[in-house]
Amino acid sequence: MSTDPIDDTSCTGAQSIVRSLEAVGADVVFGIPGGAILPLYDPLFDSTAVRHVLVRHEQGAGHAAEGYAQATGKVGVCMATSGPGATNLVTAIADAHMDSVPIVAITGQVPSASIGSDAFQEADICGITMPITKHNFLVTNADDIPSTIAAAFHLAATGRPGPVLVDVPKDILQARTTFNWPTRVDLPGYRPNLRPHSKQVREAATVISQAKRPVLYVGGGVLKAHATEELAKLAELTGAPVVTTLMARGAFPDSHPQNLKMPGMHGNVAAVTALQRSDLLICLGARFDDRVTGKLSTFAPGAKVIHADIDPAEISKNRVADVPIVGDCKETISALYDAMTAEHAAGRKVDLTGWWRQLDSYRETYPLGYEWHDGQLAPQYVIERLGVIAGPDALYVAGVGQHQMWAAQFISYEKPYTWLNSGGLGTMGYAVPAAMGAKVGRPEATVWAIDGDGCFQMTNQELATCAIEGIPIKVAIINNGNLGMVRQWQTLFYDGRYSNTGLGTLQTEQTRRIPDFVLLAEALGCVGLRCETKADVDMTIEKAMAVNDAPVVVDFCVGQDAQVWPMVPAGTSNDEILAARDVRPVFDESQV
Amino acid sequence: MSRHTLSVLVENKPGVLARVSALFSRRGFNIDSLAVGPTENEDLSRMTIVVDVASQPLEQVTKQLNKLINVIKIVELDDDAAVQRELLLVKVAAPVADRAVVLQTAQLFRARVVDVNSDSVTIEATGTPAKLDALLEVLTPLGIKEMAQSGVVAMARGPRSIAGAGPLRAVDRAS
Repeated sequence: MSTDPIDDTSCTGAQSIVRSLEAVGADVVFGIPGGAILPLYDPLFDSTAVRHVLVRHEQGAGHAAEGYAQATGKVGVCMATSGPGATNLVTAIADAHMDSVPIVAITGQVPSASIGSDAFQEADICGITMPITKHNFLVTNADDIPSTIAAAFHLAATGRPGPVLVDVPKDILQARTTFNWPTRVDLPGYRPNLRPHSKQVREAATVISQAKRPVLYVGGGVLKAHATEELAKLAELTGAPVVTTLMARGAFPDSHPQNLKMPGMHGNVAAVTALQRSDLLICLGARFDDRVTGKLSTFAPGAKVIHADIDPAEISKNRVADVPIVGDCKETISALYDAMTAEHAAGRKVDLTGWWRQLDSYRETYPLGYEWHDGQLAPQYVIERLGVIAGPDALYVAGVGQHQMWAAQFISYEKPYTWLNSGGLGTMGYAVPAAMGAKVGRPEATVWAIDGDGCFQMTNQELATCAIEGIPIKVAIINNGNLGMVRQWQTLFYDGRYSNTGLGTLQTEQTRRIPDFVLLAEALGCVGLRCETKADVDMTIEKAMAVNDAPVVVDFCVGQDAQVWPMVPAGTSNDEILAARDVRPVFDESQV
Repeated sequence: MSRHTLSVLVENKPGVLARVSALFSRRGFNIDSLAVGPTENEDLSRMTIVVDVASQPLEQVTKQLNKLINVIKIVELDDDAAVQRELLLVKVAAPVADRAVVLQTAQLFRARVVDVNSDSVTIEATGTPAKLDALLEVLTPLGIKEMAQSGVVAMARGPRSIAGAGPLRAVDRAS
């Protein structure tokens, strides 16, 4: 629509959408055209402000929008046609819903008159996505397009972020309308409470200044609120230990001595045990997920809870909060900092030396570690070296499973927004398309997808998109020839009966690799590399780092028996944590 | 478990009822009754929802409802401080021999006869759920041929209105 004079407001519905996207500042859209959305693709062709990236599968568009959003903090946009195009977005939308990722999905719909008639490529995508979107819209009048797009972006980005879907029937795209960008968004039922209640903040400060064993339990909300600087100030003021959940890796530097790193099912012993022994959890933008709490009734049994979250429905949902604070994490943490400063000025401060002595002994006695299995390449070593060589400025985007947990454990995250993964939904296949979206949003950054051989086979078609569109991501396949995490559970809980977990992606004396990831990479227009020995790891990573004009795929062939430790078996108490297989930590209770 | 009556102001838009009822089903909350209708403001509808939950989950119900973008305001109505009414239409077998009893019963409950024919009488009654239960108890032995009953509609007693004096505001979202 760049050719139209500015004062010409008469246009089609489709043109109105393109103008709306330009007005809202969307610079990239990931999508695939199809019948119902075709009218929109025509004016999109002319837009100089909005780049469209043609993906190979709509799920890839959705995850790319997520990766873009998580890497940049801006709203990611994906687009699909009606019916199967829209339903292919569903997994990515559900993923964004679980991880509070701001994306807007625009879908074509069959013409208004055909809705409800089981027309060709018809699916009730608003009905389907009702439980997995923050909100969705079916546009019934082309005049409503600007206000609807404005509302969609506003809803996606503000409050607790999340996915918003806008479904537009084909006749609405073709209708004549006028483009009027709204000056304000009219959502009478939507008023996120950003400012924390000062009384609650003071109450929290009082409780913190009396706690002997406090822990700052930090979740993804701190990243969503861009509150990492405030967090660092508060952490240093209080001197309390910090644990960063899977969604919050990078929110507080791993090198900081107060960082106990990740809690949860595969968290380290110090972080898990700190929560269990704590007398006060200061929960900031986290939601007491079952993967963090283990068996809820035995989670942090002696702790009072301060729970700060922008979503009131998270507070006291799983664990009753003693001091609830509804508000934006940035404002809340700043207010807590001021209130704590006042507490300290009044001489109210508890010495945490004893607590730290206890925590340091956990850290020293049960550090993260891994074993080498007879001559096979250890996957943890590969990931550890990748983190060292690519460094703290690179973005790491994981799939779901063992490699994800190792990437969360063995890479040192020093900066926010350098760790992207699918936490809540646990979507295998997230990594490649999300890395693609992240690279589009942050083209200057090195973006490594760390993927499994199972995950990679779900969405690797987007490497063709990367190759053609000039999006040089790097992919490390941690290839153990198996659905590794499932296999680990089969080893531990199903007597080693490996039902349907072998994928055949490794070469054996009897079998060849299917697929051969190096050949597959080359077929997709990427550089393919393979690494099978410890001696080659650094060299291969450096070789991959040197390629900047094409996507690179490295097939790291690793042992299939490596496991993720520590582990809290599902449904059990965090007190049952195993530091390694059959190794239960023994704590000196006299220190408590 | 206990019964709670929620009065919910929502935007008068297509699909809002589906959003509310789907929320209840996916979060595992039981709805006893749900009634929806217009309000004095044409942009708003009012839902009266009776739920059967303990108080802790009730807090979750209202918080989750509040997250729906189309929900404007939620008020829990206290049984003692609210007027609650249901509408009942009941078709009772009333051959000539029994007709006097049926009519007398209707009169006792201040119900109205809205249709009569040779075999049956249709009665319209409004009242609290308890009153309508009592009426049905008396009519059952006479032979109920069919019945239709609305959900509860309710309103707080006293001069204040749910929308309040100022512009529409969501209820305090803090817990």
